[in-house]
Amino acid sequence: MKLNSLVASATFAALSFAAAGGAQSSPAAPAAGQPDPVAQLRREIDDLRADYAQRIAALEARLAALAEAPPPAPTPPPVAPVETPAPAPVTVLSGAGGKNYLNLSLDGLFAAGASTAPDVPALEPGGHDPAQRGFTVQNLEMVLEGAVDPYFRAQANVILQISPEGESVVELEEAYATTTSLPHGFQLKVGQFFTEFGRLNPSHPHAWDFVDQPLVNGRFFGGDGLRSVGARISWLLPTNFYSEAYLTLQNSQGETLSSFRSVPGESLFGREIVEREVKSVSDLLLAPRYAASFDLSDTQTLLVGASAALGPNGTGENGKTRIYGVDGFWKWKAANAFKGFPFVKVQGELMYRDLYADASPDGAQPSASFDDWGGYLQINWGFKPGYVAGLRFDSVGGDSGGLEGGDPTDNPDTDALRRRIRLSPVLTWFPTEYSKLRLQYNFDRGDAFVDDEHSLWLQLEFLLGAHSAHKF
Amino acid sequence: MRSGKLLPSLLFALAATAAPSGAAADLKVVATTSEYAALATAVGGDRVAVTTIAKPTEDPHFVDARPSQIVAMNRADVLIEGGAELEIGWLPPLLDGARNPRILVGAPGHVVASEGIQLLDIPAAADRSQGDTHLAGNPHFMLDPENARIVATHLARVFTALDPAGKSAFAANLEAFDSALTARMQEWTAALAPFRGRQIVTYHPTWRYFCRRFGLEANTFLEPKPGIPPSPPHLAAVIAKMAAENIRVLLLEPYQPRKTAESVAAHNGARVVDVCQFPGALPGTETYLDLIDTNVKRIAGALAGGN
Repeated sequence: MKLNSLVASATFAALSFAAAGGAQSSPAAPAAGQPDPVAQLRREIDDLRADYAQRIAALEARLAALAEAPPPAPTPPPVAPVETPAPAPVTVLSGAGGKNYLNLSLDGLFAAGASTAPDVPALEPGGHDPAQRGFTVQNLEMVLEGAVDPYFRAQANVILQISPEGESVVELEEAYATTTSLPHGFQLKVGQFFTEFGRLNPSHPHAWDFVDQPLVNGRFFGGDGLRSVGARISWLLPTNFYSEAYLTLQNSQGETLSSFRSVPGESLFGREIVEREVKSVSDLLLAPRYAASFDLSDTQTLLVGASAALGPNGTGENGKTRIYGVDGFWKWKAANAFKGFPFVKVQGELMYRDLYADASPDGAQPSASFDDWGGYLQINWGFKPGYVAGLRFDSVGGDSGGLEGGDPTDNPDTDALRRRIRLSPVLTWFPTEYSKLRLQYNFDRGDAFVDDEHSLWLQLEFLLGAHSAHKF
Repeated sequence: MRSGKLLPSLLFALAATAAPSGAAADLKVVATTSEYAALATAVGGDRVAVTTIAKPTEDPHFVDARPSQIVAMNRADVLIEGGAELEIGWLPPLLDGARNPRILVGAPGHVVASEGIQLLDIPAAADRSQGDTHLAGNPHFMLDPENARIVATHLARVFTALDPAGKSAFAANLEAFDSALTARMQEWTAALAPFRGRQIVTYHPTWRYFCRRFGLEANTFLEPKPGIPPSPPHLAAVIAKMAAENIRVLLLEPYQPRKTAESVAAHNGARVVDVCQFPGALPGTETYLDLIDTNVKRIAGALAGGN
């Protein structure tokens, strides 16, 4: 088309030039003996035509030669390549499949196994942990994700589960929008989402390295993780290394806020949760976080963070909870990694909870403060493509210095403070990045258990649809 | 007291490490893989500062989205990705974390190199039972030098739009790259011409564009399906095919399993040839032209039966 228009404009220019030439010569012209201007013009046009016929023939010959030449060579760029218009975009793929307005995926996570403990939920506090001897539907997660418009991206994670009683449960785990183009490194997130506290809490079961979640997460944040509806602003600091500060403000009530206002009627350290109104911003959950990362070498990266979750709790008007945590993640990956293997990654979190419980309305229970802590340290070694061996150590405990009777072992209300440890070796096989098979053994010892408990769990995962990329 | 000390030291650390702003009129370019970085350097010359996300020696399908890359992308004026889903497993969280409107999808600074390139191996249907296929087509198109020519032109246009003062420099650099490529193409075509129609085995369908360009055939893979590890029956079939059709050359990239390739090659005296698709993965492959040159020489040498 470009060639056509070039030829056309060249022809037009040539013709108008010829015409102009003719017009110029005309005033002095029609003297006898002088060549007839019309004939002259005709001759010039004939010359031009012959010239073009020649050129077209040459071009056709070149085209034929090109067509014969194997393999089909794309034509080299035109003479002034910098000016050439952009080729029409075929597909734009980053961040999306490019063919739909949203990416859809369904992730199924199932467990099978047995434990020496008949009451499996007492051992496994996580909402996506194996829940009984035999089979468990750990998580069936539907993810919808995509660009809303030039200013927002959005994601929703809808969870389906089947309880040990056989009841189907639907849960809106996350649904939020994030900004894409705020200036100065800011990003806003609004909706229902996991609080960005530590490393494990904001991640989905599909991304975990073990069959179950660490004990401390179950104790501090309940079975389903700390999440709520709210807003978060984060700032990518203008440092040469990765450094990001987050500030989250969320509602503090609900079953996913078990250390905070929780659900009226539920209990916290043996105290009944009461209705508590929101009177000011300080009655919401406030969660600041700072994270920084360093490339220690070409193949090693360290990511460290510190988080806090501060808010009211449901024990009474003065109830207050503060949770602090530090987390670290180190990964080595071979420079010539194949399918991302081999690698070694070490991850750990340490958390501390300071909970002030108000006196119960009837005065039967005095106010008290509870301090407890917990943490885990895990190592995973991807020793050959598709195979990962890991080991995790969990520990939780605490004391109730402010409570009458002191010793948690004497008081059923302070079960939640009792010391527990767990050791979990695990072996995972990823046939592809869309499926996995995992075998994990748990050794559990705790002050609340009569005997040590042993469990063996097998986990199967399948993923249909768009595989959302993992954060580091 | 402790926080009283912490805050000033944190501020000091920030001040000390804060990026110097507006150091030069340079365009900051982030390339997902090193062949785009090499082209950006060839076209941009000293008017661009280029960083690469993936290491040239690692499997480009599985790259860690390291936070340091978020920082680089936050400050970038240009992001070059191949598209065709090669980077789909790691680029989106980086792009999301970078929160940089200059390089968002559709922005002038977001270069999708596969735009305007005719891709091979586009699957008839989205079906993962056929392995890790890419819906847009085979993403290893940069091993055809004629495709690199198109991408270089694309880059020159983008750089010129974002840094109009560099227009003549970019045009001159492109012209130099283009004529050097044309000259080398003649050498490479001549070097591989004696082997027209010869078959080679590769681990993954990485070399389809390269072989099409130079008249070789790369239709036999150690992977039974893209991204699926070789099974013994499949390898046995490959070995039988190599013997029956006298296929003597097996290409191996730096991250691919050497043992598997060597055991297949050993069965019929074939040669395992180390090649790479990314500049910098093998010695002497720092620029794009040197990358193709090294590959052509190694493959021609192996096909000739020499070193």
